[in-house]
Amino acid sequence: MSQKISASVRRKDAVDKAKGAMEYLADLFPVSPLHGRFFYSTIPRGRIKSVELPDLAEGYHIFGAKDVPGKNGIQMVQDDWPVFAEKEIRFIGQIIFLIVGADKAEILRIRDAIRVEYEEETPCYSLEDSEALYGGVQHGDDNIFTQFEVNHGDAASLFEKADRILENDYYTGYQEHVYLEPQSLFAHWENDSIVIHASSQCPFYIRHSITGVLGLPEENIRVIQTPTGGAFGGKEHFPDVLACPLGVAVYHLKQPISLILDRKEDLAFSVKRHPSATHIRTALDKNGNILAMDIDQRLDGGAYESCSMVVLQRAVFTATNVYNFPHVHVQGRAFCTNKVPSDAFRGFGAPQAVFAMECHMNFLAFELGMDPLEIREPYLLVQGDKTVTDGRIHETVILPELTERILEMSDYKRKLEAYKTEPCKGIGFSYFLHGCGFTGSGEQDLIKARIRIVKTTDDLVRVSASNVEMGQGLITTFCKIASETLGISLDRVQYMTPDTGDVPDSGPTVASRSITIVGYLVKKGCEKLKEQWKSGEEQTIFQDYVPSSYTVPWDNVALTGDAYPAYSWGANVVEIEVDPITFEIETKGIWGTYDVGVPIDRRIVEGQIQGGMIQALGYSNLEKLEVKDGRYRQATLADYMIPTSMDFPPMECDVLDNPYDYGPFGAKGVGEMVFNGGAPAFTAAVCQAVDAEIDEIPVLPETLMELKDEGR
Amino acid sequence: MKEGSIDFRLNGKDIKYDGSPLKRLLDVLREDFELTGPKEGCGEGECGACSVFMDGKLVNSCMVPMGSVVGREITTIEAFSETEKGKCLVDAFADAGAVQCGFCTPGMVMASEKVLEQNANPEMDEIRRGLSGNLCRCTGYDMIVDAVKLAAKRGKGLW
Ligand code: FES
Ligand code: FES
Repeated sequence: MSQKISASVRRKDAVDKAKGAMEYLADLFPVSPLHGRFFYSTIPRGRIKSVELPDLAEGYHIFGAKDVPGKNGIQMVQDDWPVFAEKEIRFIGQIIFLIVGADKAEILRIRDAIRVEYEEETPCYSLEDSEALYGGVQHGDDNIFTQFEVNHGDAASLFEKADRILENDYYTGYQEHVYLEPQSLFAHWENDSIVIHASSQCPFYIRHSITGVLGLPEENIRVIQTPTGGAFGGKEHFPDVLACPLGVAVYHLKQPISLILDRKEDLAFSVKRHPSATHIRTALDKNGNILAMDIDQRLDGGAYESCSMVVLQRAVFTATNVYNFPHVHVQGRAFCTNKVPSDAFRGFGAPQAVFAMECHMNFLAFELGMDPLEIREPYLLVQGDKTVTDGRIHETVILPELTERILEMSDYKRKLEAYKTEPCKGIGFSYFLHGCGFTGSGEQDLIKARIRIVKTTDDLVRVSASNVEMGQGLITTFCKIASETLGISLDRVQYMTPDTGDVPDSGPTVASRSITIVGYLVKKGCEKLKEQWKSGEEQTIFQDYVPSSYTVPWDNVALTGDAYPAYSWGANVVEIEVDPITFEIETKGIWGTYDVGVPIDRRIVEGQIQGGMIQALGYSNLEKLEVKDGRYRQATLADYMIPTSMDFPPMECDVLDNPYDYGPFGAKGVGEMVFNGGAPAFTAAVCQAVDAEIDEIPVLPETLMELKDEGR
Repeated sequence: MKEGSIDFRLNGKDIKYDGSPLKRLLDVLREDFELTGPKEGCGEGECGACSVFMDGKLVNSCMVPMGSVVGREITTIEAFSETEKGKCLVDAFADAGAVQCGFCTPGMVMASEKVLEQNANPEMDEIRRGLSGNLCRCTGYDMIVDAVKLAAKRGKGLW
């Protein structure tokens, strides 16, 4: 039965947005006294030999490495990414200068008159080149940014006993976020402080990134989030990369400057999803039972580390997806290449891991002559099972219910049988999960989230935290949690704009943590307020994160314990048809069933499901992004094709309740999990339609044509 | 009239504009008239976030130089959303869950109006075709299609 909280409401921000009244960054500052534009490197690897700058008219400025008052390194997980390239160049599109002035045309003229001479070195573009230290090592002594290894059971000895070993490789490509609002910032100087307005997911990350660069204390840096027109991970760390040079300029000029990337720049030089290559070996006994697995994941991290470490962690800890294999060895490595750095994108390493594992299960089924569901069934995780990091699955796992429901909705079994003899038609299935919250002990040791709830003398309730509304419905869901807990109407609750000068740090808007972790604090805080409620009086409540007592403690060195306190789960089915002449793939049906605990708002959750799934199908089928000589060949939205309203049919989905004791009203994370299952289900469907094995996304007509030419 | 000035109608008012005929309509709307409902998503005619009506036709204002606006009637979301049809569509978008980040939404509302103008009771395929020039990265489009259907249902007689 559906819970009361799940009943859908009209989003608080919907009407303003639809009327065009919501002001995004470029709308808040439509005319700025000064604008900034970057001069980017044009070689993928080498050194700057000499620079020639044009004469500047009054009021025009060029800022570069020598103008950085503090450290020339953007503080993210590491600080290896320079604010401005000084000598070393590691990718095309690296920021060398920021040009600032009043007239945009004059800025462009200055930009085009800057001359930089380089000494070029041999770039390395692929994982193989990076591993072979092609052109010489550029990070550490092995080009590996970061690596993790997990030993669960004793895979090595089981491989010795195996009757049969099956192995295969799986590849995923780049993906660009294409948030509809390009990267946008505006900064000015006010009372000894720099104030940065930014379309962003993590205002406190921006502050953190720039403190050392400007050599200013945190109190003198204020970051204010502006209504954010989509992000999907692309505004997690990349705004830091823009805010730092912008900050340097404002530090010197003490004048307001706006910095808005145009779409071409954004496509060419903003961070992307990590491409991946995964090798999976499976040891089988003579009855076809899986004894052990050995999983080797490699991520292409691009030129600087950014948050590759954290993405890789999630990939490694999601390597076995929804399965309980007793003996598993996982190795994950993120490599340095001479391309735009890879970074956060909805799913954050999990989509790559889930794709590899689901394709591999289909491959095993094919080799063993089994049905795709039949091979999976005995290994599905259940409550109490050990995870790959020797943590536990604490919750009831409702995969059987999710499966039953999706089979019934999609008529999967009948179609799977029928399409065995009908050419060009196929249907595919996938399972997936997503760990809620920061990996390992991050919530407890690093984030330590805190929120504030203020009740005014008018008995209005104001919730303050640092999590942002970026389209996912956070303002509405947070306010719903508060209004439902306090038993007051939704319009008496407000969510305040995240402003580091005002709100407490409840952590970044990432990792499917907003509802699970921070939403829970909103609930707890409101329970406290309810107890102490004094009508007509102003009251303030702070609520801090309290580590859960039920989890298996995390050991950050051994990588054991609960990598995540809870998981969201799902199943997808995709049905397709391939045109026998053009090899175009037409998607005929899309289904999904999900366990998100309890939806805080059913329509908002369904919006995430549909949007996440179409984005995942774009990733699987349309969004080709290739690198040629260090540049993306797809330079505009005409070449890089995200789904339009014509590309995919409507989706049918269902959300089954499975209340989570430590989430607000039983809720768990939604935003990322909904992306994870699209690619493997789609690929499985195409495999059936063309009767061949496909191990790589995006699956394009060209791919299918090649398969045919190879006579498969 | 000043030499070279551009006369047109904007949201029902007569306007004389004396800036450059090469300036983009989108920039003039946003910078000179503070009409920031039309958004710049791409600046190259690919996303539809900057959609306005020009003599009743849906155009991408980022692709229209001021020189070609002479004598035309321009309507932006600010004015359209105040009409009965506009209100009906805005409400339908809000109620159907068609709004997430909202950056595409003003343009989508404008495009939806043109769909309904063509056919007051459009089928799903017609709606999808009519909206195919407007990109949305958040919703996956299903709820936008629902919104247009909802507006068609509620707005009986309006279109
Ligand atoms: S901004 Fe005009 S079509 Fe994208
Ligand atoms: S709602 Fe975000 S792009 Fe459409």
